[in-house]
Amino acid sequence: MFEALTEKLQRTFKNLRGQGKLSEEHLRGALAQIREALLEADVNVEVADTLLARIGEKALGQEVLLQLSPDQQVVKIVRDELTALLGQPARPNFASRPPSVWLLVGLQGSGKTTTAGKLARWLGRNGHRPLVVSTDVYRPAAREQLVQVARAAGVRCFAAEGLQQPLEIARAALREARLSASDVVLVDTAGRLHIDDALMDELAQLKRELQPAEILFIADAMIGQDAVRSASEFHRRLGLTGVVLTKLDGDARGGAALSIGKVTGAPIKFIGVGEKYDALEPFYPDRIVSRILGMGDVLTLIEKAEQAVDQKKAAELERKLRRDEFTLEDFRDQLRQLRKMGPLEQLVGLLPKVGPLAQLPRDAQVDEQRLKRVEAIINSMTPEERADHTLIDGRRRRRIARGSGTSVQEVNQLLRQYAEMRRLIRQMGKAGAASKLRRLGLGKLTG
Amino acid sequence: MLSLFGKPDASLLERLKESVRRTRSELSERVGSLLAGGRKLDPQWLAELEKALLSADLGVRTTREILDRVREKADRQALNSPEQLKAELQAQLLSIFEALEASPDGQPQPPQVVFVVGVNGTGKTTTIGKLAHRLRQQGRTVLLAAADTFRAAAIEQLEIWAQRTQAEIIRQKPGADPAAVVFDALTAARARGSDVVIVDTAGRLHTKSNLMAELEKMKRVAGRLVPGAPHEILLVLDATTGQNGLVQAREFTAHLGVTGLVLTKLDGTAKGGIVVAIVRELGLPIRFVGTGEQADDLVPFDPQTFVHSLFD
Repeated sequence: MFEALTEKLQRTFKNLRGQGKLSEEHLRGALAQIREALLEADVNVEVADTLLARIGEKALGQEVLLQLSPDQQVVKIVRDELTALLGQPARPNFASRPPSVWLLVGLQGSGKTTTAGKLARWLGRNGHRPLVVSTDVYRPAAREQLVQVARAAGVRCFAAEGLQQPLEIARAALREARLSASDVVLVDTAGRLHIDDALMDELAQLKRELQPAEILFIADAMIGQDAVRSASEFHRRLGLTGVVLTKLDGDARGGAALSIGKVTGAPIKFIGVGEKYDALEPFYPDRIVSRILGMGDVLTLIEKAEQAVDQKKAAELERKLRRDEFTLEDFRDQLRQLRKMGPLEQLVGLLPKVGPLAQLPRDAQVDEQRLKRVEAIINSMTPEERADHTLIDGRRRRRIARGSGTSVQEVNQLLRQYAEMRRLIRQMGKAGAASKLRRLGLGKLTG
Repeated sequence: MLSLFGKPDASLLERLKESVRRTRSELSERVGSLLAGGRKLDPQWLAELEKALLSADLGVRTTREILDRVREKADRQALNSPEQLKAELQAQLLSIFEALEASPDGQPQPPQVVFVVGVNGTGKTTTIGKLAHRLRQQGRTVLLAAADTFRAAAIEQLEIWAQRTQAEIIRQKPGADPAAVVFDALTAARARGSDVVIVDTAGRLHTKSNLMAELEKMKRVAGRLVPGAPHEILLVLDATTGQNGLVQAREFTAHLGVTGLVLTKLDGTAKGGIVVAIVRELGLPIRFVGTGEQADDLVPFDPQTFVHSLFD
């Protein structure tokens, strides 16, 4: 539904290259489109307008550079401004004398309890001994939820049986932390509205009592214009030290990150990207800016690819491609590496919706099941068959289909695709074949 | 099928009014300040109005289209007093809600089956507790199906609501196949002659195709056991949600055929304006509005009250 900002700007700036300075007239159209992109991404309208004024000032009168097209130039200014607003990546705070208390606060349903489990897991992996405790005495089964989350995440939870007051529970948890030599206590609190005086007072009390090293505002990435009100009120009452943005594994643009950053000045410290307890990542401002502007999270994609792709194997593949020795065995290797990069639908979501990739349907589905079947088919071949697919006649096809639990049609289809791929590789010549292949492979498996 | 939950009564309308009071005061303050000076329709004037609508999460497109109509009328000199502008805005918004076809009033044979779906953290389980309370007050027998077998303690949470509202509950172990829970629940409801079955489902992002397929399976299972089931599929939408709400509504509707919306957390300062875009595009009726954490903090949505409250 969103048109990438870069494409809109390209249209606006058609024929502008090499025309000297960016004029006010040129900019007016561009700024209107940037505003629309920001609003569609849920950036608060006041925040967006403040930003636009600054962007306009910076862009006006800039030389139109030869090496950058005007649209790229404006996008760069926008990116720089938004990134500046979000600040530097920030490290979490710890008390000088353990245990450190991290207080998790936010509206109902923002993901506090799940985040408590994820943060505890993250702390554990980074050499800490976390203890989680829930002070949510209001919502039915909220404390039981944290007990179960902690069990699933493999972290310790203080159940505070018999205690009914948030303050008492928190005090008891601190005692327990000292006894058990836990160095971080994660205090999960009940979700509340920023206009609920009594409950906001309760948080202020918890803060006075616990002297937390971190007061983290847990915010849903899908939140709209009201983010500025809730975040600023939480900040006014408590003094937030950081933000965790949750549910970023969906397709929300997360413009609220900018709104919250603007009104609290608190850095975003982590982002939640999935239902598993490992799905918590450090926050990089430049990446969320790309996401807000519809440029895809290319950096994350590159990082994931780098983690998954074995450099030696990549070099080997390159060599084979040059010599036209790309076998079914290599094809299977490629598939495995692709699958190692994580759920494919997640990867597709990270791709920018520009250029050739814009043609991917917005809800492009990558069929993991099909990948598995393809792998099964190749597994059912003999090494000789994998090295030379021309050996595979009708009888062998039937055998392979039986062995892999698929059909002859599927085997035929795979062999056709493989032959097509080899043909394309030959056509593409030698330079950059591997990268083209990777794109080709992904393209074939979508839609 | 609003009749499933009874007609709104006067005191409930009052409560709905109260729930959108903040929305109203915010918007009417802005519109009011526009009106107070007796200014003419000038560009600045429209810009302020635009900002008010955008701040309510109506979205760029909906706001633009509503403003275009206002501008058009102004150009034809049809709008030359503040009262006329207010009436025009109300008419514009109301026409969006009134374009909805009235739902058939006929009652299916019990058990009537209601699915409650939505993304994570919108308030599905709480809404089910309130719905159960409402139906029990009307003297109906209710059976809750704990088909959120994924989220930690979701089953326990629903159990507490079942106790509070004296509804029955069918549950399995955490991690069980949700479709199997639906099967058990509908089988039990038929045997016991329950009036209504409400199925709690795990929160899921609309982008996760496997989880959407899981819902489709649950729907198929329900349809096989009880003809016409599920009779209602309610999408629970958090009023704080921004533009992604429209995408959620689109995707859940495409996969499941949502029959109505429940707008929760309207007791805060969030406006829930995205529902205007949803109603416009998808024609989904808003069945209920959630206004707090208590069992009776759920009121039927009444477009007239809602729209008028925005400008009162």
